[in-house]
Amino acid sequence: MQVTVNGTSHQIEVEPDMPLLWLLRDELGILGPKYGCGIAACGACTVLLDGVAVRSCQVQAGDLDGAEVTTVEGLGTPEAPHPVQKAWIEEQVAQCGYCQSGQIMQAVDLLRTTPNPTDEDIDDAMSGNLCRCASYPRIRAAIRRAAQAEGA
Amino acid sequence: MGKLRTIARRTFLIGSAAIAGGVAFGVWAYRRDVENPLLADLPEGAATLNPYVLIDADGITLITPRADVGQGAVSIQAHLLAEELDVDPSVVRTSFGPASSAYYNGKVSAEGFPLAAWDDGFVARTGRAASDVIGKFTGLHLTGGSTTVPDAYDKLRAAGASARETLKEAVAQRLGVERDALSTEDGHVIAPDGTRLPYTELAADAAALEPIEAPLRDPAQWRALGKPMRRTDIVAKSTGTARYGTDVTLPDMLHATVVTNPVLGGGMASMDVAEAEAMPGIVAIYAITDGAAVVADNTWRAIKAAQTIRFDWGPQDGPADNDGLWALHEAALDSGDRDSRFTDEGDVDAAPGTRLDTEYRVPFLHHAPLEPANATVLYTPERTQVWTAHQAPTFVAQQVAKVTGQDTEQVEVHNLQSGGSFGHRLEFLWVTQTAEIAMQHPGRPVRMTWSREQDMTHPFLRPMAIARGAGTTEGGQVRSLDLTIAAQSVAESQVGRLGFPVMGPDVAIVAAAWDAPYAIPDRRVTGVRVPATIPVSSWRSVGASHNGFFFETLLDELIHQAGADPVAERLRLLHHAPSRGVLEAAAEMASWDGPQPGPGRGRGVGFAFSFGVPCAQIVEVEQTDAGLRLTDVWIAAEVGRVLDPVNLDAQLSGGALFGLSHAMFSEITFADHAPEQWNYDGYEGMRQWQVPRVQVRGLGTTGDIRGAGEPGLPPAAPALGNAIFAATGQRLRQMPFARDVDFA
Ligand code: FES
Ligand code: FES
Repeated sequence: MQVTVNGTSHQIEVEPDMPLLWLLRDELGILGPKYGCGIAACGACTVLLDGVAVRSCQVQAGDLDGAEVTTVEGLGTPEAPHPVQKAWIEEQVAQCGYCQSGQIMQAVDLLRTTPNPTDEDIDDAMSGNLCRCASYPRIRAAIRRAAQAEGA
Repeated sequence: MGKLRTIARRTFLIGSAAIAGGVAFGVWAYRRDVENPLLADLPEGAATLNPYVLIDADGITLITPRADVGQGAVSIQAHLLAEELDVDPSVVRTSFGPASSAYYNGKVSAEGFPLAAWDDGFVARTGRAASDVIGKFTGLHLTGGSTTVPDAYDKLRAAGASARETLKEAVAQRLGVERDALSTEDGHVIAPDGTRLPYTELAADAAALEPIEAPLRDPAQWRALGKPMRRTDIVAKSTGTARYGTDVTLPDMLHATVVTNPVLGGGMASMDVAEAEAMPGIVAIYAITDGAAVVADNTWRAIKAAQTIRFDWGPQDGPADNDGLWALHEAALDSGDRDSRFTDEGDVDAAPGTRLDTEYRVPFLHHAPLEPANATVLYTPERTQVWTAHQAPTFVAQQVAKVTGQDTEQVEVHNLQSGGSFGHRLEFLWVTQTAEIAMQHPGRPVRMTWSREQDMTHPFLRPMAIARGAGTTEGGQVRSLDLTIAAQSVAESQVGRLGFPVMGPDVAIVAAAWDAPYAIPDRRVTGVRVPATIPVSSWRSVGASHNGFFFETLLDELIHQAGADPVAERLRLLHHAPSRGVLEAAAEMASWDGPQPGPGRGRGVGFAFSFGVPCAQIVEVEQTDAGLRLTDVWIAAEVGRVLDPVNLDAQLSGGALFGLSHAMFSEITFADHAPEQWNYDGYEGMRQWQVPRVQVRGLGTTGDIRGAGEPGLPPAAPALGNAIFAATGQRLRQMPFARDVDFA
């Protein structure tokens, strides 16, 4: 099976029911996506699969042949952050930060389909992503900031 | 500031002599030099100027010993050091340093004394100062009680200043000039001719000098403190490059998980592992304390195999379900036994006026930080290394040493930042379990991760509690208030798990109730200790997390019965100026004009004085077709000097939203001796679409230095309950509120 992760192609032999999350974390050592619940209840594991945000704990390895996966590491780097990551830095969203990789990936997907989201759009897109530290007001502010930056 | 310091120090010495009353240990421990842990394996040519600053040829490391569980502890500690040391805190390295008693935290035990934090009298001050000595003696290397900043504020700046001046002295001696002729900037000493000498080159010279005690800079000269800061970890946490315990990756590492009896100490009678053993990637399955460990080559494979094991658990004593647990609380209340009565003013039984009697209940709550419990341990007979995120790393070393049978000195703890805690990372179970597993694989690191299901069903809980309230009103005023609170003792349970007894009453059972700064003429607060059954723990703001709700709801009911305004009557009763200040500020922020701003809308007030911080909140709700919706929260707090307004906002709004989220939706309930909630779908919290607008104000009118991680929580739930009453006429006396009302 062949999967492209952040632009790098990998040949992988694992059980078909291994979730993408664990394929990334424990087989490929890509640690940005986080394990929070394993049942699609928290969003900490969110990645882009062929450009669309998915819960990587719910995607099975067996369905991945030929797929393109982007994790938070594939968006940008500390030296050259992606516009959404930049907005996250400017608004200082993170507290513990554990949920933020997933939040950022979900926001990237939202802004891709809805470059100028309303409050309701933000609510709809982001309500599957849990933040136990309750950084929610700043998540909203960062999405607004990123939308403005991209629109400008 | 200099004067204050001197007074504090003198009080400290006198107080310790007077209070200790012959306990020579206190004085001796205070005078004794605390061992410097960094000297132990310092490389040749490196100088450690004090335990908080490490400089060698490779660079500068700021040691920030307080755990970072998301509250920004590393960043503020680094900024405190850097302000005096003259380095860029986002460029130099930070490290939690080794677990060591040198990093004692005097402020934790200071707040354990039953002396109201607003009480600045002599007895209160000396009591607190004496416990600073005790903290040093017992070597509490601990993060908790919102004490990081208060404890670090002087210590870290003094450390930075001492390091800076000692480095300058090294240059002064080298060049034969006066130290005063030198300045410092961005990690360099600047010579009179403008030559820049990097600190890293001066380390060896400075090591040979007696460290210089330097006066602290006037806050008016601060460059970073007091202004909006950029957290040192913000780039890493926004780019997926921050590393947590769950990300520890070591050569040849094994992955593991555990499944244990839902009852702590209940044991395991037998297990059937046939199916699990045959699954791919499984290295070993064996019994550990109270259950089984599954070791594999991948975390998911371990968790998947663990789910197939059939267990026959050992004995499960105590009440099996919530009904039985509530009955224990009721029995404790009915017994008349009491744990504490720190407040008994006037005569509540004879107080005149119209009487009100009520009862309130709060459920068990889980910390449930988003990063599941995990630890990595590498055991060899000579030395054991532990990687985990913990708020009390010296205790981790002790607990692990107990498992491995080694001396504490043979256990090295590498502390890591944590994906949340809320008090959870004061527990040890997953660390000692990992040590048990690692002993089966000497020389190989084992990273053990709890599945979310194991994590959710093996909690250390915020206690459930019942409060019986009574009071009277007369002439439009609150005349008396009598509150009796029954809960398990967190101190008894938590410290007991470490093997220590706890003497005396537990202040936490009545925290933020007995010392609520209201001048109600007849007033009594009684704590009742419920016998220990379910393990309970310090949950964000500890006892204040329920007592804020109990006290402020009872007070609100009395104010309503009196026909008074919720803000005006509280202001009339508050006898502590900063407490009045925060309520006035919140009312101003909300443009308060009574509890009913319009049809279908309601506003509620909550106030609490906890962890030395008065905090007032006003919550507004509106009724919609889909249910109640929170629209606004206004928060005002007095933490004294605001060191970082950005983080103050994050901590206070985070605390309030955390409190609201649990007040609305969350509870852990028991059936058949086990929690009924298995994952976040059963333990819901507030989601983005339910989050109100939040405004925060830090008053900054006192010279205090206080932490903000916890005080934002206690006023939130009563403010919401009181708002719902104002909007609907329905009085909510038990949490979670979603049991009784629908939220949009
Ligand atoms: S880990 Fe995938 S949604 Fe929680
Ligand atoms: S920042 Fe801690 S869970 Fe979101």
